[in-house]
Amino acid sequence: MPGEASSNVKLQCRAVWKLFGAGAAAALATAGGKLSGEALAEAGLIGAVRDANLEVRDGEIFVIMGLSGSGKSTLVRCMSRLVEPTSGEIFFNGENLLSAPPARMIEIRRHQMGMVFQHFALLPHLSVLGNVAFPLEVQGVGRQAREDRARKMVELVGLEGREEFFPSELSGGQQQRVGIARSLSVEPEIWFLDEPFSALDPLIRREMQDEFIRLQNVLKKTIVFITHDFDEAIRLADRIAIMKDGMIVQVGTPEELVTAPADDYVAEFTQNVIKAKVIRVASLMKPMPKRAPTGGYLSDIGMTSAIADVAPLFQSANSVLRVVDDAGQPVGCLKREDVVQIMMQA
Amino acid sequence: MSVSSPSLPKPEGKRRAGPRWTHWHAIWVAAVLAFVLLWLFGKPFAGWAFKYPRGEQLPFRRLIGEFMKWLVDEASFGLFSFTELTRFIAAVIDFPYRIALSLLSTGFLQGQGSDAVQILPPVSWIAVIAMFTMLGFYAGGRRLALVVGLCFGFLALFGQWNNAMITLASILIAVPLGVVGGLVLGIAGYRWPMFAVFLKPVLDLMQTVPVFAYLVPILFLFGFGPTAAVVATIIYALPPMTRISMLALGQVPGEVHDLGRMVGCTSRQMTWRVLVPSAMHGLMVGVNQVIMLALNMVIIASMIGAGGLGFEVLAALRRLDIGKGLEAGLAIVALAIALDRLSQALARRAQKHEHKTAANAGFVARNPYTSASVALIVFTGIVGLAIPALQTYPEAWQVSTGTFWGEVVRWINVNFFDQLEAVKNALLLNVMIPFKRFLLGLPWLGVTGLLLLTGYSLGGLRLGLLVATLAYLIAATGQWEKAMITVYLCGISVILACILGFPIAILTAERARLWNWVQVIIDTLQTLPSFVYLMPAVMLFRVGDFTATIAVVAYAVAPAIRYTAHGLRHVDPQLIEAGTAAGCTPWQLLTKIKLKLALPEIILGINQTIMLALSMLVITALVGTRDLGQEVYIALTKADTGRGLVAGISVAFIAIIADRLISAGADRLRARLGLKH
Ligand SMILES: Nc1ncnc2c1ncn2[C@@H]1O[C@H](COP(=O)(O)OP(=O)(O)OP(=O)(O)O)[C@@H](O)[C@H]1O
Ligand SMILES: [Mg+2]
Repeated sequence: MPGEASSNVKLQCRAVWKLFGAGAAAALATAGGKLSGEALAEAGLIGAVRDANLEVRDGEIFVIMGLSGSGKSTLVRCMSRLVEPTSGEIFFNGENLLSAPPARMIEIRRHQMGMVFQHFALLPHLSVLGNVAFPLEVQGVGRQAREDRARKMVELVGLEGREEFFPSELSGGQQQRVGIARSLSVEPEIWFLDEPFSALDPLIRREMQDEFIRLQNVLKKTIVFITHDFDEAIRLADRIAIMKDGMIVQVGTPEELVTAPADDYVAEFTQNVIKAKVIRVASLMKPMPKRAPTGGYLSDIGMTSAIADVAPLFQSANSVLRVVDDAGQPVGCLKREDVVQIMMQA
Repeated sequence: MSVSSPSLPKPEGKRRAGPRWTHWHAIWVAAVLAFVLLWLFGKPFAGWAFKYPRGEQLPFRRLIGEFMKWLVDEASFGLFSFTELTRFIAAVIDFPYRIALSLLSTGFLQGQGSDAVQILPPVSWIAVIAMFTMLGFYAGGRRLALVVGLCFGFLALFGQWNNAMITLASILIAVPLGVVGGLVLGIAGYRWPMFAVFLKPVLDLMQTVPVFAYLVPILFLFGFGPTAAVVATIIYALPPMTRISMLALGQVPGEVHDLGRMVGCTSRQMTWRVLVPSAMHGLMVGVNQVIMLALNMVIIASMIGAGGLGFEVLAALRRLDIGKGLEAGLAIVALAIALDRLSQALARRAQKHEHKTAANAGFVARNPYTSASVALIVFTGIVGLAIPALQTYPEAWQVSTGTFWGEVVRWINVNFFDQLEAVKNALLLNVMIPFKRFLLGLPWLGVTGLLLLTGYSLGGLRLGLLVATLAYLIAATGQWEKAMITVYLCGISVILACILGFPIAILTAERARLWNWVQVIIDTLQTLPSFVYLMPAVMLFRVGDFTATIAVVAYAVAPAIRYTAHGLRHVDPQLIEAGTAAGCTPWQLLTKIKLKLALPEIILGINQTIMLALSMLVITALVGTRDLGQEVYIALTKADTGRGLVAGISVAFIAIIADRLISAGADRLRARLGLKH
């Protein structure tokens, strides 16, 4: 849940660097493990990922967001070692991936990781069912078992009846559903999605986001989601990391980014965001007053609701809402004037 | 030598618009002046610059000969000797070839030689035609079925059935081996970039060495016969498949690659389950190429014992039996068209997907084509025992056009002899022979120097050194004179091809319907094996340089048309509008805008034309030219590997020189016109 400092970290990146260009590793090592932008340019190297530190917690949707070329894809590929980091450490369930032998890496990717690609990466010669079953086929799972499992996944993403279609016979949105079903067929512990909806039309994109939220409510995976669309990030994220030129400039909940952007770059993204949609009741509520207001509380609201969602509940000028926690215990109250102020800012 | 003076200034590089008179001009004037002086007055005191001294010649020919001898007699890889290796390869190829040949032509025999008894007949002609027709229907519907059926029917009707089946048997063996070999090499090149670096120049050389030159060492190592022919065919078809495989694999999107690794593919799974299927479309293009090249080569390899249709043409050429040769030539055309259209349709077919028939349907319902084929083979095989006409196409039904063509030739000769001779002689006496004399009189040293300078000014020092070295090697191996004859024949042919091709391209490029027709024609011309072009030329002009030129022009004209038209069709329409708005007449529009902008493309077309002309030229040795091709041909008849390879590689050198210079020129031109590649 946002804001909660949960200690069970699923995946951790420590001082991860990825430089492209000849002699990258040597250059980084001689510079003592750190290179500035100018030093990189001078050495003719591309700093795709520079000194990235982050933690992805169990069960959260962690969004990495940044403009094109900021290094998002490279970073997410470092996490599964599709791209070999130039230096740094990556821990997955406490195990250092960078020292895992190739066989172990194959094992981890086969059983614990799933990935969805921007351009779907479907195999053209396999049917929908064949594509979804492919990760299991690679593992050597028997035909019956893997097709049963694949059928379930196809159903889960709403493509039942199209099992025998081929990718070229599907629309973009449908193709990405296949990509999603495929990545889920091995029941991964961590799920990487590299701009999964960027290649889709805006309307379809919206629909797929809703679908994604529905899926996550069922599956409760640990997710690393890449996007260059800040609205998408805000809609989906528990926490967001903003990348710029290979560096992570800020990590925080959508609310934190909106209320306290670390620099102008982040502020640029957040300025057009409707604040009321992002800011949660918890950050605006006041302590419970000693005695109940005249007329009592209008109704009870949850701490994590967005301000925009509870605003319509205020009817008369002086009304107050009572805020309760998950267990239903009152923790504070929300006043109309505070809400109005936020609503006006949008 | 002042021509290749060492202290050349740096090429002008990026600077384009300089003063009108630069040091470059001065250098060129000086170089050409020196060249002319050497050419006109150098002979008395520098004879060596004209004729490379015999004593100084590089002994490649002898060394290669000795090397081959050593290979066969002594070379050993520890466990087995080289000869054992070649025998092993021969056996590996021979076995399936025998089976294919038995199936299609001879039937399965027991016993040796003339005592052999047929224990199983070959697949009947009806079954073969039906099978290919069904394949056509499966791949391309009724139209293709009709085309393929007609082509194969043609083979039977004109009495070429057995020869065609012998040729087909070689192709059936060579194509899968060539495809698999090329694919494996391509995968290796894709997986290990270092290997690709090594592979690229080898492929370049293999694709420019003329086909005859391949035949010589293979003949030496494998002896005369169909096995050697199949080996030659495989080697010939390998480079394009390798290249296309590397290209197709390289074009598989990075994401698909990532997917394979992400789901935990082993490297074998990655190759065979992810990369190769994803690259299938490109690979199928390669398969089509391999089939067409194999057909071309199997025909040519009749010179080392492939038999079949190629042998028929070859024998007819030697006897100057035009009728027979033309018949066999037409049969090759029929076979080529059928195979080309079939393999193209199959490639397209591989892109579309069939929704499987329900698995619970019977075998026949699921495999209608296979079932029908088996039924037909068995039925015609058994009934054929009683009614031979079902088994073997009866001779009485054959139509021989041999005499007809003989008559046509006689008729042409009676009625048009004078006109044809007049054209031939006019061209020979006024153009060809003077040009040949001119080229033969040039000093090799001067030519080498000019090449150095040309290469230097077009593409820098490396290019200059490359072309000059290659030219020098031609001279130093004693091939200069023959090389000049090759250049002369090639030059004349290319000029004629351009004179013929450009107007066709200009007139048809912008008329869509007409252009479609032209395209069909040049596509078909390009699928025909080179041998086919010899017959009609010989028929009209008998043997000699002129005949060779005609055949070469016919073979090589296609790219001149295609590239020119392509260039014209892709000129930026805005520029044409601008020209029209400025009041250009159509003629001005064509000469001032379109042709200018299409020039780089046209130059590439000329380049391709040169390449095709060179490859065809070697084959025209059969009609009595005196160039490097003849040298290879003689080497072939004597199985003299050194002689054949040296001459063959000289042709490759000429091709490489032309190709590199022209490409560099086109690049520069394109840069100057501000066009992207
Ligand atoms: N294989 C490579 N070799 C060289 N440079 C690379 C390579 N892959 C990525 N880069 C560079 O690294 C930088 C980051 O690329 P990356 O693909 O990670 O960006 P991205 O944030 O995913 O962008 P996009 O939104 O366009 O996908 C870019 O400058 C890119 O050019
Ligand atoms: Mg990306």
